[in-house]
Amino acid sequence: MVIDIQHIRKVYHVGEVDVTALDDVSLSVERGDFVAIMGASGSGKSTLLNILGCLDRPSSGSYRLDDIEVSGMSPDQLANVRSRKLGFIFQNFNLLSRTSALENVELPLLYGKPTGHAARHRKALAMLERVELASRVHHFPGQLSGGQQQRVAIARALVNEPAVILADEPTGNLDSRSSSEIMKLFQEVNAQGLTIIMVTHETDVAGFARRTLQMRDGRFI
Amino acid sequence: MNIGPTIKVAFRALRRNRVRSALTSLGIIIGTAAVIAVLSVGQGAAVMIQSQIGSMGSNLLLIFPGSMNNGGVRSGSGGQQSLTVADGETIARECPNIVALSPLIRTGNQVVYGNNNWSTSIQGVTPAFSRVRNWNASSGDYFTEADVRTGARVCLVGATIVTQLFLDENPVGQSIRIRNIPFRVIGVLEPKGTAAWGQDQDDTIVMPWTTVRRVLQHSPFSNVNNLMVSVASADDIATATRTISAILRQSHRLQEGSDDDFTITDMAEIAKTITSVSSLMTLLLSVIASISLLVGGIGIMNIMLVSVTERTREIGIRMAVGARQHDIMLQFLVEALALSLLGGLIGAGLGALAANVVSRVNHWPVLVSVQSIGLALFFSSVIGVFFGFYPAWRAARLNPIDCLRHE
Ligand SMILES: Nc1ncnc2c1ncn2[C@@H]1O[C@H](COP(=O)(O)OP(=O)(O)OP(=O)(O)O)[C@@H](O)[C@H]1O
Ligand SMILES: [Mg+2]
Repeated sequence: MVIDIQHIRKVYHVGEVDVTALDDVSLSVERGDFVAIMGASGSGKSTLLNILGCLDRPSSGSYRLDDIEVSGMSPDQLANVRSRKLGFIFQNFNLLSRTSALENVELPLLYGKPTGHAARHRKALAMLERVELASRVHHFPGQLSGGQQQRVAIARALVNEPAVILADEPTGNLDSRSSSEIMKLFQEVNAQGLTIIMVTHETDVAGFARRTLQMRDGRFI
Repeated sequence: MNIGPTIKVAFRALRRNRVRSALTSLGIIIGTAAVIAVLSVGQGAAVMIQSQIGSMGSNLLLIFPGSMNNGGVRSGSGGQQSLTVADGETIARECPNIVALSPLIRTGNQVVYGNNNWSTSIQGVTPAFSRVRNWNASSGDYFTEADVRTGARVCLVGATIVTQLFLDENPVGQSIRIRNIPFRVIGVLEPKGTAAWGQDQDDTIVMPWTTVRRVLQHSPFSNVNNLMVSVASADDIATATRTISAILRQSHRLQEGSDDDFTITDMAEIAKTITSVSSLMTLLLSVIASISLLVGGIGIMNIMLVSVTERTREIGIRMAVGARQHDIMLQFLVEALALSLLGGLIGAGLGALAANVVSRVNHWPVLVSVQSIGLALFFSSVIGVFFGFYPAWRAARLNPIDCLRHE
């Protein structure tokens, strides 16, 4: 079991009101699975994914990643977990602007296991080739199309060889052709054994996954 | 994270906001430049004063007529009869720790040589003057005691006189005219340079005091402007001062309890006072310059806080791909350090330049020491780290998810 969450709750305090974004959620994901999470806006999908990605902490509950409890970890321990085991893909790509595609992909290598400059360069180049952007390595994000930017983001997520890819509406800003390209890429890496958990609003995008889960009001249904 | 890419990212961020970076560094630039300039000029002044003490003559006591305590009013030179050459002779005879003593009678006159003339100060002294002021003849010779007795019309000229009046030709053996009276130049004084109080010491003519009194002033009196006494060693100065005071009080027949009619000044004491005043000034100016450095540091802190806010999203992205708190912290610290160190380097250059300009314009020795530059660079780095710390710490403490949601 690569991911195992039990009775996760997430409560936001906004002024006087408590907003329960996740209400006793449990989920297990096997290694090599490809899960799509769907559900209405505000049902807690992003909240769940951020917790799975160790970017946010649950209010209560347990989260075991690769059989290690991560819910009580310090910020630096969480950073190490993100560095070694997780790759994140965002709807708005979240690339560093004014930084070339190559350097964006090199970024996780700077914070990962210590490697030399040449090795970082080689790895990042190989990864950009993997997403078919070998001809765009020195382009800045602003000089790339949406689909190309998302492929750079995927290369960045893959470069540290993570165990799990977490993608929050990866095709939300893309047209249908770019969307299916990205999804084919997801299927390819999934076929090589990578676990993927993806949030989407589109049924045909969810169709690329092995299984689909539905959320409503902070719970799976 | 490797330091190489961190430095690269820092400089890229600074280059992205060139004007802002330059303006931020300006405080540090000005502060460092001011510190360097002040320290260099101050150290130069200290060196100059040290050499002045030497050139004045070692362990020099000056005895002036009139009391310090009589209301501060001292009549003009020659008006006071209270101190005479005879007093000097008495002191030389009775005070044991004295090495040399010369009276000084000062006057000023137009001096003519050929078609040239020059206005200068004339000092009437005895041959002991050479010993007292530690001032030898660079060519020719001093006059003798016999010249003093007869009031011989001979003189020594200072280096400035040689250039101004003789236009660098050898003056020894030549004849100059003062008040239409011819004087034979028998020697040239070693150059001494400008005194601490700004006077050109080489712009002078030295001759027997008797000649000044009788030939130039037609005066039968032997009162002096001052008596110059050279004491054997620095340890003897206090004793000598007391002894001289006692001798003079006795020979002037001063009543018990009445004020002295003379003042004894210790030149080393005066030099010490000047030194301490000038180092106090240096300290004061350094403090003001340091405040500018401090203000520069606050400017860096301000801009770094702005930078952290502007780049919150970038911080979030870096954290999302695995940056730890100290990676983020280091990133912003390096940026602050680069700002301040760059400012420090430019400031040190400008400060050294300013110090050199001051020395050129004022003919003032200026000492740009490696220590003062090192000190300024050290302080600007410390300021960069100190004032960069809080913004960097704030950046490092941010929550990844809050950063990513930041607009
Ligand atoms: N930082 C926050 N502070 C307060 N409430 C929040 C915060 N983030 C999310 N919420 C609330 O939590 C609930 C779930 O939000 P979340 O973003 O997980 O929804 P979602 O399923 O991703 O929606 P969408 O499909 O529109 O992206 C919402 O009601 C939202 O208002
Ligand atoms: Mg969402």
